Amino acid sequence: MATVHLPRSLVTLFTDPPPRHLQLPSTSLSGLVEAGPRLREHINVFVDGERQRELTTPLGDASVVHVIPAVAGG
Amino acid sequence: MSRRVEVLVGTKKGAFILESDPARREWKLRGPFCQNWPTHDFIRAADGTLYAGGGNNWYGPSVWRSTDNGDTWTQSSAGMTYGDGEDAEKITTIWKLADAGSNGTVYAGVEPAGLFRSDDHGETWSHVAGLRDHPSRPEWTPGNGGLCLHSIVTHPTDPDRMWVAASAVGTFETADGGKSWETRTKGVRADFYPGPAPEFGQCVHKLRLHPDEPEWLYQQNHCGVYRSDDGGRQWTEITPGLPSEFGFPMVIHPHDPKTIFVIPHSGPSDGRHMIDGQAAVWRSRDRGDSWQRLDRGLPQHGAYISTLREAMAIDSLDQPGVYFGTSTGQVFGSADEGDTWTLMADYLPPIWSVEAAVVDG
Repeated sequence: MATVHLPRSLVTLFTDPPPRHLQLPSTSLSGLVEAGPRLREHINVFVDGERQRELTTPLGDASVVHVIPAVAGG
Repeated sequence: MSRRVEVLVGTKKGAFILESDPARREWKLRGPFCQNWPTHDFIRAADGTLYAGGGNNWYGPSVWRSTDNGDTWTQSSAGMTYGDGEDAEKITTIWKLADAGSNGTVYAGVEPAGLFRSDDHGETWSHVAGLRDHPSRPEWTPGNGGLCLHSIVTHPTDPDRMWVAASAVGTFETADGGKSWETRTKGVRADFYPGPAPEFGQCVHKLRLHPDEPEWLYQQNHCGVYRSDDGGRQWTEITPGLPSEFGFPMVIHPHDPKTIFVIPHSGPSDGRHMIDGQAAVWRSRDRGDSWQRLDRGLPQHGAYISTLREAMAIDSLDQPGVYFGTSTGQVFGSADEGDTWTLMADYLPPIWSVEAAVVDG
């Protein structure tokens, strides 16, 4: 299973186990995905060190995923 | 059994609760709750559940819930979407939460303007699509604060009947559970439009109804204060006597539907703050025929503070307490229906909502 690293702020939003693909059903992880469906604007996802924007990016068993919200706000 | 009074405060950086006994002299601050999420409304439902709604730049809209007085929280926005597809509008935040009874039904008003309903205490949400199907929708344009559905008023006995209001769209009523809606704007000025008042586009700031007189609606509008005797079909202006037609929040006395409170602000191009830097709340005991200025204990020099549309509340004790919060983080309260005021809290984040609850046990 892929290893998914989440920032502390996302841990309470995760109710399901890490996904096999970035493709997410509409009722889970709604904090990361908006209408489209697509990744929300300020959410960055890196798979094995490469930034990925497509929700259909496949994950291998040895994949390492980092979900990093952009530094933004006030 | 002990009784306490809560003032629930939604802010830019989370939800807070100010607690006191019924004397309402000393207040204890709890919070911040909800991981400092921007919180536009924070209510305690009749069954005791706490609900906080807002939105976050990273994660979008969400409703936070607690059934243990705020010690632990869960949150969900499941179903809170206008659907997928190229043209689908994304929901940015929740502006209003309304408890519709102790069976777990809650409504949420969102931005861009729309209405959602949950029947399971906020776990899942469904879109009350009839509102956005109204033929006026292609011409809805936002007010200064965004295209927000900020008022939800449920009928006390008819679950199919309710009113909503959005800036700058106007007031709508449904009598069939949300399948179809009609505008309720007749008599309300929209002076920012040329010509006579349009059928929709009025900038309602806050809509209120008293359960003892469910045909008596009131509103604070961009262009005045109004009352209705017929469920909003016709509005009568009650601004004369007030120092400004512009203001945001409004509340009704829980035991007297003829008594209302507003906070007039300087005009939209004049700062939108307490007039001349003197904080005051105005009260009418006759549905707006006459008004009294209430300022004892409120700052009268250099107080260029503002109260946003959701940031005033009144509790349900026999002599109700009245409360308002400012966009600069102050909460003021009165334990005597507005005759005298004290500063209950300072140094909070910008306050977006104030609600009051009386809790037994």
